[in-house]
Amino acid sequence: MEKSSVQHKTGFWEVVKSLLSGLRLTWRHFRNADKRRAPVPVMDENYFNQPEGLVTLTYPYEAIPVPENGRYRLHNEIDDCIVCDLCAKICPVNCITIESVKATEEIGMTSDGTKKRLYAPVFDIDMAKCCYCGLCTTVCPTDCLTMTPVYDFAEVDIKNMIYHFTDLTPEQAEEKKQLLAKQQEEMAAAKAAALAARKQQG
Amino acid sequence: MLAFLLTLMLLLGIVIVLAYAERKVAAFMQDRMGPTEAGPYGSLQSVLDVLKLLQKEDIVPAAADKKLFKLAPILIFAAVFAGFAVIPFTPDLIPAGIGIGVFYLLAIISLDVVGLLMAGWGSNNKYAMLGAMRSVAQIVSYEIPAGLAILSVVMICQSLDFQEISYQQGILLNRFSGLEFETNWLFGIEALGINTTNIGGITTWNIFRAPILLVAFVIYFIASLAESNRAPFDIPEAESELVAGFHVEYSGFRFAVLFLAEYSMMVLVSLVAVILFLGSWNTPLPNLTALKFANWTTGTVGELSGILWGGFWLLSKTFVLLFLQLQIRWTYPRLRVDQLMHLCWKVLTPVALGIVLLAGIWRLLMV
Ligand code: SF4
Ligand code: SF4
Repeated sequence: MEKSSVQHKTGFWEVVKSLLSGLRLTWRHFRNADKRRAPVPVMDENYFNQPEGLVTLTYPYEAIPVPENGRYRLHNEIDDCIVCDLCAKICPVNCITIESVKATEEIGMTSDGTKKRLYAPVFDIDMAKCCYCGLCTTVCPTDCLTMTPVYDFAEVDIKNMIYHFTDLTPEQAEEKKQLLAKQQEEMAAAKAAALAARKQQG
Repeated sequence: MLAFLLTLMLLLGIVIVLAYAERKVAAFMQDRMGPTEAGPYGSLQSVLDVLKLLQKEDIVPAAADKKLFKLAPILIFAAVFAGFAVIPFTPDLIPAGIGIGVFYLLAIISLDVVGLLMAGWGSNNKYAMLGAMRSVAQIVSYEIPAGLAILSVVMICQSLDFQEISYQQGILLNRFSGLEFETNWLFGIEALGINTTNIGGITTWNIFRAPILLVAFVIYFIASLAESNRAPFDIPEAESELVAGFHVEYSGFRFAVLFLAEYSMMVLVSLVAVILFLGSWNTPLPNLTALKFANWTTGTVGELSGILWGGFWLLSKTFVLLFLQLQIRWTYPRLRVDQLMHLCWKVLTPVALGIVLLAGIWRLLMV
C-alpha cells in the first residue's frame, strides 16, 4: 500500500473537505431515492449491476423470483406415485410417513408408464422437520415428488405444517383394506383347497 | 391566549412534518424506503406514532423521585415553547413583541437545562443520570459560542428586538418606526456607495450586510446542533451506549412531550438562525431595475398577502436549515465527549470572540 494513502490528513481545509465530501455522499443517495432496485432474479445479468436507488423490497407486494432449481416446499403428485417408499427410506430426518395397501387389481398407470399396484392411505410430509436436502426428489423413480418455488408457508399451528398428499378418504382406505383382506382370505382358502386336493391325490 | 393556541398548533404541525421527514430523509440517505404503510407514502406515520404514545401506560419507576420525574417533561417543553413567544412569523405577526426578545430567548431556553437535570436525576437510573450530566455540560458549554455569535448580530443590528432585526434585513427597512431614515449599503460599507435599501432580497440579509456574520452563522449553526442534542453532538442520548440518555425511563404521554420538546428545540434554533442571519421573513429575491422581484414577493404589510409571503419565506428557509440538520445527523458519526469540549472551548469560543470584535469594527464602518 502506498504511504500517502495511510497518511493521517490534518489541517483546517482537509477537515472541511472531508466534511463536505460526507455531505455530498448522503446528498447523492438522497437524490437517487427516486430510483428503485428492480426485483430481478439472481440469474439476471443485471443482478449485481444496480448501484443506485433504494434497495428495499416491499416484500409481500413484490419478491425476487427464486431460481428454478431452488429447494423449497415439496409437492407430491400422488397420481404418479407408485408408493415405493424409497423417499421415506432415504429421508435423513424421517419426515415422510407412508402407509401402503396392496391393491387387489392393477390401479392404473403413472404418466411415465409405470404400473401402480399400491394404494397410499397415508402419505404425510412434515415440512417443519424437512431440511430441504432434496434427497427424496432424486430417488423418486417416477419423478412425482418435486420441489416447488413456494417458500412463504409459515403457519401459526405447527400441526398445519404436516402436508397430507393422499387421495383416499379414510373410508375409501378402509374399503381397500377390506378388499385386500377378502382377497387374501379367498386366496388362502383356494390355497388350502388346492393343498387338500393334492393330499387326496397323493 | 389566541397567540398561544395558534403557535402551539403551528408547532405541532411542523413537528409532525419534521418527524415524518426525519424518517424519510434518513431512509433515503441509507437507500431504504422509510414508512410506506400508513397513508399515502406512509405520511400518516408520525400522527399514528403520537396516537400510539398517548395510549401507552405512563410508567413512573418505583425508585424515582416522583415529583421531579413528573414535572421534568413539562418544564423542558415549557422552556422551549416559551422561546417561540418572541419569534416574528410575519412583518406584523409576533406572539409577544418585546424589545429585548433576543435576551429573553437566550435566558428562557437556558431553563431547559434544569429540566434535563431533573429528568436525569429524578429517573434514578444511571444511564439517565449520565445522559443528563452530559447534556447539561454540553448545553451550558455551547451556549457560549452561540451567545457570542448572536451577540455579533446584535452589535451589527444595534437591537435586541427580533422584529427590528427582521425589518433591517429587507426592503421594508424604513417601515419600522425608528428606522425611517436608515439606509442599507452593500456589505454594510457606506464607502462603497451602493445603496441596497430598495434592492432588498438577499443583498440585505445579515450575512450579506456584514459578511463577517457568515462565520458567525456557521458557529451558531454548529452550536445550535449541540444545544438541541442533535447528531453529531448527540452524546447525551447516544442510543448505542446510554440507551436513550435522560429520557430512558419515560413512556407514554411524558415521552411524547419530551420528544416534542426536542423537535421544537430543533425548529426554534433554526428559526432563530433564519431570523438573525438569513433575512428572517424577507424574500431572497432582490429588485433588479425593472424587475421588482422583492416587491412582488413581499406582499403588502398588514394585509393577507404580507402575512402569507412572510410566513412562507420564514418557514421555507427554516425547513432548508432543518433539512441540513437531518442530513448532518445521517452523515456524521458522533463525537467523543473530549472532542466535543475541545471543539467548543478551543475552537468555536475563541473564533466567536474574534467575530464579536470584528463585528464591532464593521459596525463602525457601517455608520
Ligand atoms: S427434502 Fe430431505 S428432509 Fe425433506 S423430505 Fe426430502 S429427503 Fe426428507
Ligand atoms: S419415491 Fe416417489 S414414487 Fe416412491 S413413494 Fe416416494 S414419492 Fe412415491
